[in-house]
Amino acid sequence: MPVKSYIEAIREGMRDEMRRDERVIVMGEDVGVKGGVFKATDGLFTEFGEMRVIDTPLAESAIVGVAIGAAINGLRPIAEIQFQDFIMPAVDQIVSEAAKIRYRSNGDFGVPMVVRAPYGGGVHGALYHSQSMEAMFCHIPGLKVVVPSTPYDAKGLLRSAIRDPDPVLYFEHKRAYRLIKGEVPEEEFTVPLGRAATVREGDDIAIFSYGLMTRFCVEAADAIAADGFDCAVVDLRTLRPLDLEAIVGAARRCGKVLVVQEANLAVSVASEVAAIVAEECFEYLDAPVMRLGGPEIPAVPFSPPLEEFYMLNPAKIETRLRELAAY
Amino acid sequence: MALTVTMPQLGESVTEGTLSQWLKQPGEPVDRYEAIAEVVTDKVNAEIPSPSAGRMGEHMVEEGAVVAVGQPICTIESADGGNGTAQPEARVEEPAAAQGAQGAQGAQGTQGAIDTGAGAPPSQRAGAAAPGSAPPPPEATPPAPPREPAAPAPAAAAPAPPAPAPPAPAAPSPGDGTHLTPAVRMLAREHGVDLSQISGSGVGGRITKKDVLEYVQRRESGAAPAPTTAAPAPPATKPSAAAPAPIEVLTEDRLVPLSGARRAIAEHMVRSRHTSPHAWVMVEVDMTRVARVRAAQRESFRARTGADLTFLPFVAQAVVAALRRHPTLNASFGDDGIVLRHDVNLGIATALEDNLIVPVIHQADRLSLSGLAVALRDLTDRARAGRLRIDELQGGTFTLNNAGALGTVLSQAIINQPQAAICVMDAIVKRPIVLEGDAIAVRSMMNLSLSFDHRINDGLGAARFLRTVKELLEGIDEAAIAL
Amino acid sequence: MAVAKTSRAPETGLDADAMRAMYRHMVRARVLDERLWVLNRQGRAPFVISCQGHEAAQVGIAMALRPGYDWVAPYYRDLAVTLVLGMTPLDHLLATLARAGDPNSGSRQMPAHYGCRRLNIITGGSAVATQVLHACGAALAAKVRGEDAVALTALGEGSTSEGDFHEGLNFAAVHSLPLICVVENNGFAISVPWAKQSHTKDAADRAKGYGMPGVVVDGGDPIACYAAARDAVERARRGKGPTLIEAKVARLTPHSSDDDDRLYKRREVLADEKAHDCLLRFRTALEERSVLAPGDAEEIRAEAMREVDKALDEAEAAPLPAPESALLNVYAED
Repeated sequence: MPVKSYIEAIREGMRDEMRRDERVIVMGEDVGVKGGVFKATDGLFTEFGEMRVIDTPLAESAIVGVAIGAAINGLRPIAEIQFQDFIMPAVDQIVSEAAKIRYRSNGDFGVPMVVRAPYGGGVHGALYHSQSMEAMFCHIPGLKVVVPSTPYDAKGLLRSAIRDPDPVLYFEHKRAYRLIKGEVPEEEFTVPLGRAATVREGDDIAIFSYGLMTRFCVEAADAIAADGFDCAVVDLRTLRPLDLEAIVGAARRCGKVLVVQEANLAVSVASEVAAIVAEECFEYLDAPVMRLGGPEIPAVPFSPPLEEFYMLNPAKIETRLRELAAY
Repeated sequence: MALTVTMPQLGESVTEGTLSQWLKQPGEPVDRYEAIAEVVTDKVNAEIPSPSAGRMGEHMVEEGAVVAVGQPICTIESADGGNGTAQPEARVEEPAAAQGAQGAQGAQGTQGAIDTGAGAPPSQRAGAAAPGSAPPPPEATPPAPPREPAAPAPAAAAPAPPAPAPPAPAAPSPGDGTHLTPAVRMLAREHGVDLSQISGSGVGGRITKKDVLEYVQRRESGAAPAPTTAAPAPPATKPSAAAPAPIEVLTEDRLVPLSGARRAIAEHMVRSRHTSPHAWVMVEVDMTRVARVRAAQRESFRARTGADLTFLPFVAQAVVAALRRHPTLNASFGDDGIVLRHDVNLGIATALEDNLIVPVIHQADRLSLSGLAVALRDLTDRARAGRLRIDELQGGTFTLNNAGALGTVLSQAIINQPQAAICVMDAIVKRPIVLEGDAIAVRSMMNLSLSFDHRINDGLGAARFLRTVKELLEGIDEAAIAL
Repeated sequence: MAVAKTSRAPETGLDADAMRAMYRHMVRARVLDERLWVLNRQGRAPFVISCQGHEAAQVGIAMALRPGYDWVAPYYRDLAVTLVLGMTPLDHLLATLARAGDPNSGSRQMPAHYGCRRLNIITGGSAVATQVLHACGAALAAKVRGEDAVALTALGEGSTSEGDFHEGLNFAAVHSLPLICVVENNGFAISVPWAKQSHTKDAADRAKGYGMPGVVVDGGDPIACYAAARDAVERARRGKGPTLIEAKVARLTPHSSDDDDRLYKRREVLADEKAHDCLLRFRTALEERSVLAPGDAEEIRAEAMREVDKALDEAEAAPLPAPESALLNVYAED
């Protein structure tokens, strides 16, 4: 099976869906002629032309708002926001409009749109090219939020997101673009939204995570396995809706739970997962539910020691794991 | 027909207004929608239109008066026979989907048969309030007995909650190591484990889930001592003294530390008494015929099995048959009602040197007298040897106590929770009794008594049960029995 | 600033029947609107936001569209637009009385949040000017598919200060989208006058900044509005890109039923506006040209009243939504 990088998988996901469905278009800054500032849309302009790969003005609200209108009128637009940090001007269109259009029209209209944006730190991008803002969107009924951690999931989830009849926010970790490689089948496949994946089996501790942190968790779990602690690592993949069955199942089976994320800890996805575990798995818990996330500072300061202070890594995760294992 | 006009709400958050001027006097004709009064609020000034054509009736409010929203201000004598109020109530649409329980009521709404989410898979969108929002447990919940009642137990009843994790990621401290997490308590219950037997490997000496599982594994492989209590096992007893008032130990007294077994028995007996209001009935059973059968079959039974045939199987068989006919004696008192157990799993109270255990014959009603006899023999032998399996100590639905084997003639037993009753057979003693026709005969008499939970059964039910057992024993068909 | 005169009617291709239809739509809108205010003053409609004074502009412009084919992203004052496109007084009364059968939103939204899939009226929320981008998107989709459908959006002059208005015009001009953007300028954004909203004389002046044509029309003259809209629609259908149309109209009522405009609008101004009420103007013009015979106007009004009376009876008898229905239609699978 061919091995692809995370960004290649994303590019191919878009390309294959655009070949399959002529309603799929891509729009955003620099996505056309340049092929995207990270090259995520490289080659699409040549293959599909300027009517389907649209270089937009520098106006995030318009990128999303126009995509909404196009989706209402029968297209399947993929709107790219150049950095998740710059999604803020589009939040009104995402939250006030896209999320609510089906509900406010009582099912008459829907918005089958995907908004893609690279997120996450570790690339010396400093405060406005490194944030993890996904939690705020996970709070909004009417939206779906997806964060793949492998090339396979990146392609499969993107294809599902494009086919989804509702607005999906698809966040790709920019560090993972070229760092993470994996096998991706050539033939058509999708990964369903709303389902987590167990990427490491174990019964002693359940670790829930997503994005770049998932592979760090696996590394940390491997490190403590030698001491007799067998951890399960569950990649959430879809942050809204969360896979409650997978979360509750793993938590009940293991009894010890650690939730790990790169984003700031307070009021986050990890907070929600921890609350679910505490509420649904209380009788099975053998330790307090623990979370691990970014410190309460904007993500991520520029100078390398500051960036390292912010970012999680396998060693930091391993330390927390050992605390939990020893409890 | 008179309509009542009320003060409208003019503008959100407006609660009152001033009726500044009447535009129509009583008796004056009024068109539908024609203005009848001027009203002033702090947000808007407006004219109030008439709800119907007719004549102005009575002014209920004077000019200049401050009127609350909803307060009646006047009546209109309606020309076109409207109803009593100017604002008809709207009805609420029937719920879109017929909930299963409503059967044929059907859906009136335009949504048709849309599922309101009652059967939806667990998902955030269903919301906390919607039915079906709890995720289905991926595995069955543990076979827990009905919840333990809130017994007026000693003060240390609840384990101290674990210290909450502070905002900074510091290690939580479990205190002095005596607290038990929900997982540990659940496992101990499930496996009938006395937690005082386990040393904890967790922080501060805490017993962890792993510790319990390893203990159970060792025990099952024979390394651990025999289980200490009958199923369902009570929760772990507390390390600190259970009695509320300290007992004075004098210098020449000898303090015998509580064994795990003794502790467990103590806990169970206290709990049983506090759970079930115990009542007690007794019958006298003429065991003469049974004795004859036993005498006739004893030798062949010994030749076949190598064991002695006691009276126990006979009584056990009668008890089991009676339980089939009186299901409320084979039951448990649950939160939602009395649970009538399907299986008859007969526990036989067995006294060991320093322990009391109750091995269980599962589905005893399916065994013949011979089968029962063999099973009883086997169980009691292995009980004495400490070689019973966990499942043989669990799941009992009724208990029979052969107290008479020890010589007593009348005993009052304590119910084995969470069962409905415990039956005691005391010693069989030859006694003179008065028969039909006032003849006196010497018969083998046995007192058979029943301690029962008065929540589940009244004296009537208990007495009928015992009478059935008595009739079965006294009417035993000597010719039909072949062991 | 060109102001079309009504005598130019023959050049627009509008015959007498069309002009009568135009007048009838204006009357229907006015009668329905007046009834909504009555319901509010009776305490039965908690919120009303009116189109009185805008009818000529809305009817004239909407009649240049192909209902159910072209796309429309209106704003809250566009009651007359929706009636021309095919919505009914019953549709609006169901929304006003918050009934379950309201086609706009199932009464999930306040009244005057129009939406109708069947007529390609894009559902709108309460954040103003967001609809401009949605109309751009609908126009984009038509263009991508090679269709000649156009998208029309309308907004008040106050909303032209919102970022989405500017982003929308810019995007539409750059990508030559078949968009008609209508600014219904009645001079007040609630209480804030145009002079505090923009430093330009007209809202249409903005169009130049985005490289697209901007036209000002007399919003009290439905035929002039029709002509301007028809031109813009034809340009758009031919792939010549967007147009901004500014219609100067009068707001004959306060901003909404929660507003009292005596604080900021002089009574003489209002009196003058009422004297030049576009319904009166158009009726006079049509009667002068014998498009309306004596008594026709009264009959049209009476018929509109009957239509509204009947619709109100039906709306009053309609049920409210079931409480649990609040959970439906968050996602497609609900």
